[in-house]
Amino acid sequence: MIRARGLEKRFGATRVLTGLDVDVAEREFLVVTGPNGAGKSTLLALCAGLLAPTRGELEVAVERGEIGYLAHEPLLYRELTALENLHLYGRLYRVPERHERIGMLLGRFRLWDKRHERVGELSRGLAQRLALCRALLHEPPLLLLDEPFAGLDHEGAEVVDEELARGRATRTLVIATHDPDRVAGLATGTLALA
Amino acid sequence: MSRYAADVAALARKDVLLELRSRDTLPAMLLFVVSALVVFHFSLPEGSSDVAAAGLLWIAIVFTALLGLSRSFAAEREQRLLDALVLAPCDRSAIWLGKVVSIVVFLALAEAVALPAFALFFRPVGWETVAAVALANLGIAGVGTVLAAMAAASRARELLLPVLFLPLAIPIVVGGVGATVADDPGRYLAFLGLYDGMFAILSWASFEYVVTE
Repeated sequence: MIRARGLEKRFGATRVLTGLDVDVAEREFLVVTGPNGAGKSTLLALCAGLLAPTRGELEVAVERGEIGYLAHEPLLYRELTALENLHLYGRLYRVPERHERIGMLLGRFRLWDKRHERVGELSRGLAQRLALCRALLHEPPLLLLDEPFAGLDHEGAEVVDEELARGRATRTLVIATHDPDRVAGLATGTLALA
Repeated sequence: MSRYAADVAALARKDVLLELRSRDTLPAMLLFVVSALVVFHFSLPEGSSDVAAAGLLWIAIVFTALLGLSRSFAAEREQRLLDALVLAPCDRSAIWLGKVVSIVVFLALAEAVALPAFALFFRPVGWETVAAVALANLGIAGVGTVLAAMAAASRARELLLPVLFLPLAIPIVVGGVGATVADDPGRYLAFLGLYDGMFAILSWASFEYVVTE
């Protein structure tokens, strides 16, 4: 699903990734760990196609629109409600039976009661759950999650645990996290960036 | 409605909804254009020609548009929302066209106030001025959206957008002033139409490269 050889990424004079080789097979669950600045978020952005490598090869065997991407920011419009955001993305991502899919996800992430609230009024944890709904909305075969547990309370983290376990058999997951123990039971591989 | 048109409509609707709720841009544009016309009214000497007044109208329109354009990618920039939009399987030019539609709406609203104010302070506004303003809006929004997207990715965005936009707005001012004061406004309106068409094609084709690294 993902194959990188000699991957390098620089931002100006700063070298973030150097000579990285990665192989992620279909339906693999790769956990990317490393200290701040090691390049975890950069690697996910490269895999998503949001950044271009400075050097090296990177092949991702899915089309644009088949990637679910969770970044540090929720990538949601703060002035729109949860429902309006999901409908906008649902339309752009060509989600079939959009209303049903959105309703189901909001229910699973325990956000149904918050559906008419603007994202800017949601707490950090609720916005993070909604961001996960957005990333999962189009049932992507490849899911790239950058710190999915950031800002979540116990209930929120449990919801994400359930969601990760649910998608374990059907999709490829790459998760960047500072808490690899949380997903140790699901992971099939670990990539430690220095 | 085709998928492309539906995407454009959804994106434009989103921008209008964001503005209705945040009221960040339109009130500033309205206040600016009226203030500018008031300042021009008092700075233009008594008995000045209509040609000078027409020039001031177009200066006010171009700088009001610049104000709107500078805010056009504010939400996307501040919350990195372009990342989610460019990952969507929709045609990336739909993002450009959605933005163009919303900017045209905001410009039209600002001009719905500016043109009567101009008529009040200076001289009546004819059909040729209204037609020129409508054509100019398309050109301003088409070119300005691409430049605003480029500037949004830059640290010096407040400086970059005027530096890029104002030279490209010169033909709009030439066409607009010409259509407003000339005896034969048709050729100036045709010139504005040609500008719109040419830059619409260029902007539509180049937007994909602007929003990807």
